[in-house]
Amino acid sequence: MLRDEPTLTPLAGCTDLYVALNFGTLKDTRFLDLWRLDRLRKIELRGGALSIGALATFTDLIRSTLVRKRLPMLAAAARDVGGVQIQNRGTIGGNVANASPAGDTLPVLAAADAVVVLQQAGGIRRVPFDGFYTGYRQTVRRPGELIVGIEIPPVRGRQFFRKVGTRAAQAISKIVMAGILGPATGSGRTARIALGSVAPTVVRVPRTEAALASGASIEAVQRTLMEEIAPIDDLRSTAEYRRRVAANLLARFVCGASRG
Amino acid sequence: MPSRSVGRSVVRKEGRGKVTGAARYIDDLTFPGLIHARTIRSTIPAGEIVDVAFGFDTSGFTLVDYRDIPGRNIVALIDDDQPCLAERLVRHVAEPILLLAHADREALLAADVRIRYREAVPTYDATTSPIAFKTIAIDKGRIDQGFREADVIVEGEYRTGHQEQLYIEPNGVIAVPEHGGVTVYGSMQCPYYVHRALKVLLDLPDDKVRVVQTETGGGFGGKEEYPSMIAGHAALVAIKAQRPVKLVYDRVEDMLATTKRHPAVIRHRTGVKRDGTLTAIDIDAVIDGGAYATLSAVVLSRGVIHATGPYRCDHIRIRGRATMTNTPPNGAFRGFGAPQTQFAAEVHMDRIAEALGIDPVRIREINALRPGDRTATGQRLGRDCSALAVLRETVKRTDFKRKWRAYARLKASRCLKASRYKEGGSRGIGLSLFFHGAGFTGGGEVKLASKASLALTDRGARILVASTEIGQGTRTMHAQIVADTLGVPYDCVDVNAADTGQVPDSGPTVASRTCMVVGRILQRCAEDMRERLGRLTPREYLKRHGPLVITREYERPTDMAWDDNSYRGDAYGTYGWACDVAEIEVDRETWEVKPIAFTTVHEIGKAIHPVLALGQIEGGSAQGLGYALLEEVVMRDGRMANAQLTNYIIPTTLDTPPIDVVILENPYKHGPFGAKGVGEMPIDGPAPAAINALRNAGFDLREIPATPERVMVSEKQEPRHALHA
Repeated sequence: MLRDEPTLTPLAGCTDLYVALNFGTLKDTRFLDLWRLDRLRKIELRGGALSIGALATFTDLIRSTLVRKRLPMLAAAARDVGGVQIQNRGTIGGNVANASPAGDTLPVLAAADAVVVLQQAGGIRRVPFDGFYTGYRQTVRRPGELIVGIEIPPVRGRQFFRKVGTRAAQAISKIVMAGILGPATGSGRTARIALGSVAPTVVRVPRTEAALASGASIEAVQRTLMEEIAPIDDLRSTAEYRRRVAANLLARFVCGASRG
Repeated sequence: MPSRSVGRSVVRKEGRGKVTGAARYIDDLTFPGLIHARTIRSTIPAGEIVDVAFGFDTSGFTLVDYRDIPGRNIVALIDDDQPCLAERLVRHVAEPILLLAHADREALLAADVRIRYREAVPTYDATTSPIAFKTIAIDKGRIDQGFREADVIVEGEYRTGHQEQLYIEPNGVIAVPEHGGVTVYGSMQCPYYVHRALKVLLDLPDDKVRVVQTETGGGFGGKEEYPSMIAGHAALVAIKAQRPVKLVYDRVEDMLATTKRHPAVIRHRTGVKRDGTLTAIDIDAVIDGGAYATLSAVVLSRGVIHATGPYRCDHIRIRGRATMTNTPPNGAFRGFGAPQTQFAAEVHMDRIAEALGIDPVRIREINALRPGDRTATGQRLGRDCSALAVLRETVKRTDFKRKWRAYARLKASRCLKASRYKEGGSRGIGLSLFFHGAGFTGGGEVKLASKASLALTDRGARILVASTEIGQGTRTMHAQIVADTLGVPYDCVDVNAADTGQVPDSGPTVASRTCMVVGRILQRCAEDMRERLGRLTPREYLKRHGPLVITREYERPTDMAWDDNSYRGDAYGTYGWACDVAEIEVDRETWEVKPIAFTTVHEIGKAIHPVLALGQIEGGSAQGLGYALLEEVVMRDGRMANAQLTNYIIPTTLDTPPIDVVILENPYKHGPFGAKGVGEMPIDGPAPAAINALRNAGFDLREIPATPERVMVSEKQEPRHALHA
């Protein structure tokens, strides 16, 4: 169907789409309902990678022992999405497709070097998460393509996730951060850090990661991070707040207990 | 003799309908031939309309503008300055200009109206606005002498923001043309306000306008005056189209266009002796009225009368001003000016205590009003003054003094050696003591001259009042008062719909007056009915004497006097008294403030229905914590930029701490069974208690909401040891 009418908007849990529709900001008028494609709901290990079907709901992620064991920060992120009703309907594929810079699971996928699996009538292609977003709410997904799954290679090291919302539930993030910190060695440690709500898309922070890897002091790493991100003032928060909180969360992550 | 119902939590009159889904709200109703209406609103904050163009085929539409108004183009209330539909001048964003109606909602929503304007320079700063809707001066004693007696003078400026009422059901009405007039059904607090506004707008006599309240999903003041506007719009369309018209706002329109709590800037200058005794209170309060007067004058009045907080002082000067800005008009909201001024008073009180080096409980014990003391307006308080009782009960219950000292010590040690990145946040505990006058201010109740009626029925009585059930329990509580006074079981008392075609004008359902004032009139009706019945049962009486309807009017207690010119006298029949304690934790990485415990002691005369009273207090406390910490209306160029529930943040259950409520009863002699008002008071105290808790944790805030962004800045700008300036 998508091949014949590539402009159809795929929908699954509708937790974002329906809000936009009701709000009158959605131009789309024709939709393709994927909700009953149970095949796309599987969470399994495939060739060493954690493979998550695009229609896996946040509740599925929270309940999955595989996710909790291999990628606890993803379960933590899923628990922070909306409220229970949203978690029951919303899907990881939808979160990725919606391409909001504030998407709760996106920093986790970015930090974990996830791969987005896209399928169309002609075949499958795999896009590294890092290259999936091209700008504010823009992705490389072509009309006629569906996101069918996410693949996450094995992760080694301590995981961290923290969402700072506007309240305890039903909140859009002011800043959201995920990170993986490898074991410390004499010459520093590997680190992968991703943030949401500080740029038009979810971002990795390579300079900060490099500073962490080089064994620089936490203060120096914090300074690098504050320079590297360019958040804005908006309805939900201020640039200064986002910068300072990002630096604090990073320090908590590096120096404090794990909260994955 | 049936068992008493007063003081027992009987089943709500409308409870079954609400929990089973049988209750019908305005959007559930329809009428044959009904069409839908839509409001076309201004998109600029100030200027003139140059022309209006329709980018659609207007056939099949009903179009209404100011020229279709048969009477006066005003929303009749206090000042008559607000047009129902703008003619040429526009004073705020979302000001109604045109009405469109069509049978098909899709066609209606697709209709494109283009309006060209000549823009003017808008005013947004209430403190510098040259236009004042109202100014009030209260003077007691001689302020200069008060300052001469002082050892220390403490000054401060405090700011509060807008707050959205956020009733669950948005504003909505249906207007039906009939009998040469119009009937309006709708979600509202004050059917007779709407009735009067429609008569003026439509130039119709009393009997050609009928207003019927439908089941209402919350009001909080947001349906006090605004329904007069939306009802006027629907009625204009209905009369022109000669068809029933439904006009129901969605959430965005409701938040953009309807009233909110007045933002305020309040300055305090206080003289105090070294032992803590207040010698002079000097207050300057400015509230932002928005573009039209609406109720700003009376909001200001209640605000300034409560501005000192519940404290005694011989020398008081209060100056209040409600000014015009080019923002949508602000209006009634639970508390009505008192939450703003008591926020300032209570945060200031903690700063006075800090300046003197005494604790927050002691400063309040020294200065709290006692029976026999006089308020700022000179009102002598009766034996039901309970400020000290609520303070002591709250302090005891929360172990306040020990915790307050412990947290203050922790704060000091944190300053010496910052130990960030350890688990746990910074804790603080804060207290607020407050009061709230019940009923209309000053001579308001005398002017209203409210009436209530009681009709004898086969099995008991039927209550006829215009007081509305908006979730707070009006019908239930009134029925309890009547049942016990008449001596019949609660179930034998019915409550008539609030329909101006059937019930007398009992005044608006506002100002914590529905129990104390209207309930008392009903009680007098029931007393008279009891006497008329003598030894007869209702059935016997009806058989022997025919129908019996008793109507009584408000009677001013003979010991009450008020002079509106000098602002001296008994501002209210009586006051409720309350004390809140909030315990909070501040996240050290994110400056998020989490309330972890909340205790409140309320003295309300008599809890007619304990569970409903508890619900009012819990709900008002949660709403007050939202006001304190989360709820922020972001105004950009005179327009609410976050007019959606995603970005206007109210507390969810997870953001609300356990709330421990204690009700004390110190009866008011003119209230039914001793009852005072309870509806508004709970929202006066949470904000200062939470902000004082932040101060205890080391954050000096003078403005709400205390969002994490503001808490962050307060930590940076205010070094913790520089407070004794």
